[in-house]
Amino acid sequence: MPSLWFDIAHLFAGGVLVLSLVLLYQDRVTAAINVFALQAITLALSVGWQAFIQSEPLLLVTALLALTVKGFVIPTALHRIVRRLDIHREVEQVIGGGATMLAGLALVALSILLLQPVGGGGDVVSHEDIAFALGVVLLGLLMMITRHNAVTQVIGFMSLENGLILAATGARGMPLVVEISVAFSVLIAFIVFGVFVFRIRERFDTVDVTVLERFRGERRDQA
Amino acid sequence: MPDHAALPFSPVLLLLVVPAAAIPVLAVVANYRLSAALNILACALTLAVALSLPFLPRVRGDLFIIDDFNIFLLVLTTFVGFTTSVYSASYIGHELDTGRLTPVLLRFYHSMYQAMLGAMNLALIANNVGLMWVGVEVATLATVMMVGTYRTPEAIEAAWKYFILGSVGIGLAFFGTVLTYLVAAKVLGGGVSAMAWDLMVQNASRLDPSLLSLAFVFLLVGYGTKVGLAPFHAWLPDAHSEGPTPISAVLSGLLLNVGLYALLRFKIVVAGNPGAINVGAILIVLGIVSLLFAAFMLFRRRDIKRLFAYSSIEHMGITTFAFGVGGPLANFAGLLHMSMHSLTKSAIFFAVGHIAQAKGTQRIAKISGLSVTHPALALGFALGVIAIAGLPPFGVFMSEFLLVSSAIARQPLLTLVFVTGLLVAFAVLLLRLHGLLFGAPTGKSERVRASYVPLFIHLVLVLIAGLWLPNVVVGWFRGVAAMLG
Repeated sequence: MPSLWFDIAHLFAGGVLVLSLVLLYQDRVTAAINVFALQAITLALSVGWQAFIQSEPLLLVTALLALTVKGFVIPTALHRIVRRLDIHREVEQVIGGGATMLAGLALVALSILLLQPVGGGGDVVSHEDIAFALGVVLLGLLMMITRHNAVTQVIGFMSLENGLILAATGARGMPLVVEISVAFSVLIAFIVFGVFVFRIRERFDTVDVTVLERFRGERRDQA
Repeated sequence: MPDHAALPFSPVLLLLVVPAAAIPVLAVVANYRLSAALNILACALTLAVALSLPFLPRVRGDLFIIDDFNIFLLVLTTFVGFTTSVYSASYIGHELDTGRLTPVLLRFYHSMYQAMLGAMNLALIANNVGLMWVGVEVATLATVMMVGTYRTPEAIEAAWKYFILGSVGIGLAFFGTVLTYLVAAKVLGGGVSAMAWDLMVQNASRLDPSLLSLAFVFLLVGYGTKVGLAPFHAWLPDAHSEGPTPISAVLSGLLLNVGLYALLRFKIVVAGNPGAINVGAILIVLGIVSLLFAAFMLFRRRDIKRLFAYSSIEHMGITTFAFGVGGPLANFAGLLHMSMHSLTKSAIFFAVGHIAQAKGTQRIAKISGLSVTHPALALGFALGVIAIAGLPPFGVFMSEFLLVSSAIARQPLLTLVFVTGLLVAFAVLLLRLHGLLFGAPTGKSERVRASYVPLFIHLVLVLIAGLWLPNVVVGWFRGVAAMLG
């Protein structure tokens, strides 16, 4: 494989990871949605490129799914939800942006350190991709932890799923049925989210999930 | 694809087809009596298919597999699914009368019920580890929707927490699955066969140990969240207490088992590799931590459904401990405990659901004197709690006794800690039982059209298992226990 091919694969997968970091400090909901869409498109490019270098035309289906569903359908739906909830102008307080970024960098370093030494040999592309994918997964987790807004929490979750797709396509010859079901389940998860975000809004008049905490478990018993 | 040739249309697929066909039907049937009956019918059909499996030849394809391990769980799952659907029919009647459920919600509820059962069957019959993941994921999402059915602030909070934590868990499990595939692909070559569980087991010793160990850590955290092992349990008590009670029964009795089943499948692979981490030790630690944590948490519970949710964490801890100890006897005890806990805990939830309906509250402090006001219900409830607390002559006592006697020889000190946890949980449960049953009746007390048949069928089965386990079952469990190593 020419080294340029590898560099391009590296570029796309790295791009997905960098966009995860960018996502961490977005304090506007609409901006976060746009960055997420961009990440999904980069992911689609990465998967498409994998289809080319692995000569697996079936991967193009995955790429197409990522592009349409996560690059366009879900972001459009999110924009509409945000508008209907009337929070598109809201600025979310991102707690300790600097600290979060440092934690994010540490997580990326961790995932590379964790996956570099194991099972040397094998092929380099999939190895790099898995390390990047773990980084994206962990950053998605970090975003879900640091946010209080139900919408941005779910964006964190969706970007975590982007990491999963990256991992699945990096693994050479992963059966298509699995990737399609992942895409499918993301869609179901998104519908579930869509249902709940409106219920939360209806009951609590906000989508700030810290308000939900007051109704946690037995706390109401003490009142 | 060649693997389909190995598996022509077999009855196995009916386990998926029946629920899948029932979903759209139940979504449109407006009459609630009819839809409840159809729900029961679909569950009965699935149960019949599962019961026929032991008499059919074992099949394997790259996508599906039927072996002794999953036949036992399929029968258990479809059986509890069936009895719960019978229970659910009377439960929802009351909920409709009180206006907590509306006919529209009910259509949705019934379709989700079938979606969940079908997804659990998929997870159980999958040979492809990716497909297994899909099953667990869909079952999780279906239960999320059901937990939120009542739309109270508490229910929404519980469903949201379950959604977020469940998704994270399931995400990590998928990452673990991809890593496992990477490991297997190096040995088996790429493609569908590198995701087949049985081929992984056959070639376990040739897999790369370090990457396999890493994969297992992800799978452990991921599926461990589904099992409700401490410290990944945070979603469990809320999800159990805020949803409709039939859902609490299947969550506790079935979904937790499916998570553990997935974990055990991977344990078999990792245990086959001499260089990989010692899975048994990890499971022992997680099991004991869950048991102790849940046992002490039982004390402060004020909500009756949360009380038994914590008891489920406790029992999943016991089962995990059993499989961690390993060996023919402990594995046997683990399998027995898994089935006994399913039957007993769902029976308890059947009773608790009606109790909560009769008293109009789930607060333990507001419920007392049940033995006077609702004698039959109180009897079923008391027997269930006595069984789950581990008193003879019920089956839970049998499995716990077997486990302790096999573990004490190998891990004496840990077993001491383990027994302490058991005793603490035992004390709390009996203390609460006393408060609920006796004393002057307080608060309102309505009559409920309770369905006692599912409740007492479960209890009788647990009793029979405690007194005399049929040889067929013993032989079956022995075979599976040997497979688990």
